[in-house]
Amino acid sequence: MKFIKFTKKGIYCIPGKFYLDPWYPVDYAIISHGHADHSRWGNKHYLCHQNSKNILLHRLGKDISIETLNFNQIKTVNGVKVSFFPAGHIIGSVQIKLEYKGKVVVFSGDYKTNPDFITTPFEPVKCHEFITESTFGLPIYSWKTEAELQSQLQQWIVNNQKQNKTSVFFGYSLGKAQRIMSLVDGIDEVYVHSAINNLNQAISKSGIVLPKSKLITSDFNKKDIHNKIVILPPALLGSKLLKKIPNAATAICSGWMQIRGNRRWKGVDAGFAVSDHADWNGLLSAVKATEAEKVYVTHGSQAVFSKYLNEIGIESQEVVTEYGTEDNEDAKDQQLTTTS
Amino acid sequence: MKQFSQLINSLEITNKTNAKLDALVNFFETALDKDKLWLIALFTGKRPKRPVKTSLLKQWCIEETGLPEWLFLESYSTVGDLGETLSLLLPEPSNTIDKPLHIYMDELKQLSTKSDDEKKAYVLNAWRHLDTQQRFIFNKLIGGSFRIGVSKKTLVNALSKLTNIDANQLMHSIIGQWDINSISFEDLINGSHINYDNSKPYPFCLAYSLEKNLDELGSVSDWQVEYKWDGIRGQIVKRNNEIYIWSRGEELVTKQFPELVEIVSTIKEDFVLDGEILAVKDQSVLLFNDLQKRLNRKTISKKLLQDVPIGFFAYDILEINDEDLRAKSLQFRRNTLEQLFSDNQLSKPNFKLSEVIQFNKWEELDAIRNEARLHNSEGLMLKQKQSEYHVGRKKGDWWKWKVEPLTIDAVMIYAQKGSGRRSSKYTDYTFAVKTEDGLVTVAKAYSGLTNDEITEISRWVNKNAIEKFGPVRTVKPELVFEIAFEGIAFSKRHKSGVALRFPRIKRWRKDKPVSEIDTIETVKQLITNPLDV
Ligand SMILES: [Zn+2]
Ligand SMILES: [Zn+2]
Repeated sequence: MKFIKFTKKGIYCIPGKFYLDPWYPVDYAIISHGHADHSRWGNKHYLCHQNSKNILLHRLGKDISIETLNFNQIKTVNGVKVSFFPAGHIIGSVQIKLEYKGKVVVFSGDYKTNPDFITTPFEPVKCHEFITESTFGLPIYSWKTEAELQSQLQQWIVNNQKQNKTSVFFGYSLGKAQRIMSLVDGIDEVYVHSAINNLNQAISKSGIVLPKSKLITSDFNKKDIHNKIVILPPALLGSKLLKKIPNAATAICSGWMQIRGNRRWKGVDAGFAVSDHADWNGLLSAVKATEAEKVYVTHGSQAVFSKYLNEIGIESQEVVTEYGTEDNEDAKDQQLTTTS
Repeated sequence: MKQFSQLINSLEITNKTNAKLDALVNFFETALDKDKLWLIALFTGKRPKRPVKTSLLKQWCIEETGLPEWLFLESYSTVGDLGETLSLLLPEPSNTIDKPLHIYMDELKQLSTKSDDEKKAYVLNAWRHLDTQQRFIFNKLIGGSFRIGVSKKTLVNALSKLTNIDANQLMHSIIGQWDINSISFEDLINGSHINYDNSKPYPFCLAYSLEKNLDELGSVSDWQVEYKWDGIRGQIVKRNNEIYIWSRGEELVTKQFPELVEIVSTIKEDFVLDGEILAVKDQSVLLFNDLQKRLNRKTISKKLLQDVPIGFFAYDILEINDEDLRAKSLQFRRNTLEQLFSDNQLSKPNFKLSEVIQFNKWEELDAIRNEARLHNSEGLMLKQKQSEYHVGRKKGDWWKWKVEPLTIDAVMIYAQKGSGRRSSKYTDYTFAVKTEDGLVTVAKAYSGLTNDEITEISRWVNKNAIEKFGPVRTVKPELVFEIAFEGIAFSKRHKSGVALRFPRIKRWRKDKPVSEIDTIETVKQLITNPLDV
């Protein structure tokens, strides 16, 4: 029996009467993670992982109706058993497992299969139907291990310091910024923009210990920052704040940086392919590990990835969703926290 | 190769000229002499022939990765560069081997004569022992189409910084005749194979855009007015029976314009001329797009010589028979120039004096400027008759006065991904205007938007495209843009019946609905030029 429906408002569970990461307001929304395109405003009730709760409260306001669920717990909603499994995407990100009358559907949300230093590692879940993302669904995307990335970033910072330069990283306030903090931890002092700092505080409220960082204010002392490490949201590329940083060497951390053209695109000094999403092999291994009979492919390269899955004998169908790009997520984070 | 690959990486990643310069200087300070020579050779087009067909490279990569061909092509269209696509698709090397650049170059040279099987064995072996970045460089070297994201001028400036040798002399040295197997790096940059005294150009005198009223310029009779041409500003240097053509970017471009060399070689005197290199056919100046077809080619076919013949309009003379004329007045130099041309009977349609426009009152000039478009000229140049030939830009003596661009409102109908740079974004667009029963394409344009706008449009294209695969997407005709262009003419080659000159996006008209875009009739009304192009 079919109990999942793709509607205009989002992915709908028919017997459960709830939506997964809906993009229009609904009565009951189960949320995979705190990025703006997956957890939107206006829902009457939210269910998310406990580590996402404070992120949602910070982003959507204190007065939303919210309830949490931990790993290894099951909540039954209108007869549908709901449970969460780690997605390895950002702090608090989960895959949502739904079980109804013996049939299992898993919604991946956004996920990353390579382990990093701060996110609970991805765990494959066996199911009948798997709804997967496909942000980097082309075989040109293949990520380095966390240790390799760590040494790339470290080398870059040390090299900058030799030339008396301040290392400035650009990464999304939620997820990427904390990941960069974990990658550069221990090299030197790290300064973060208020948008990132606010999220760090929200995350810490859930009892998660993040690497140390300081807030960079708009009237910062150039001497303090010089030769150190700064993390800013991408919207601040070309900003006044950036121009004030003495001798800045700039780098973008994003999966898109895998391609030369994109590295040169924003006029930064370096681009590191640090992604919070699965690469091609990650997507394939995740899909195979579910042993699903049917795979629905959402945002990213859905046409390509779904065609390929069908060719290798995994029945698949593409689904058009409103889950946007990362740029989108950040633009919204930015509007929310235009403090300095 | 690691060192070379790091150099290419740093040259690519930064758009700051100083950082590029530092990276080059660093390479020249530390690399092997043979590798330095190869770097210069690659810059100046002295590269060996492509030893392996690109179709074979593609085939081997598909075999090596086991990917279906359509997925390979989809990857290629996303990356936009074959060598890079291959380097990204191939599996990580189990161990890496580092050989210097010149060894690879020698090996590739020898590869040309080998059988396909031997070629395959060599290439697969290299792929298996190079990391992604080096593999990319290796593929580009094989492909024979290696473009390093730096001008010759920057390379020369780096060499100059390193050696304190004059940059123009170095330009002559690296462009000149030399063979990689029989010259040392030191001899090359010291120019033991050239005579720089014969080629030395002068710094160009440049003009500012006119920023005052014409009548504030004083008496009409103090000014020489000419058309401003949109070609390549150049100096032709002829000394001791040697001829050199320098572009304004201080690159030696002699070989690209054999017809100019031929004409100049008939002149008795030695001289340095300043003028504009243009595509000139049947007495009229062609569009810059046409001239572009002649640039940066290794060989120029007979057909191209016929289709796009090159001409030179002389503006000024800076030296005659060893005498530097730059401190003399423009009036004096113009007389000398006219004398040189008449003595040598030089007035040919494709080698002539820049016309001096006759007029009596400043008020007449505005109309003349607007007519400039009819000749494919981009406006007027106003030069003080008493002015000397300055070094670089100096305010007051020379002014440029460009025609205002024309504009239309058009709707986007296709979007294409940029190649290489910006390859994940849709940067090239095709625009249409209304006809009685639909839309007709009028222009393609790829410049004029901010990065943020391009990102926004790319996202929109992803959502609204009709095709799902390949680099070109047909989109719903919804986004309206103001398109600016320099000229317009009837054209039989275009379905719309018109050709726009230098179309570019002036702005994104988010405020305008598609119903308000121009019609092909209103576009045609902009045509004042009776000529067909
Ligand atoms: Zn996300
Ligand atoms: Zn997402």
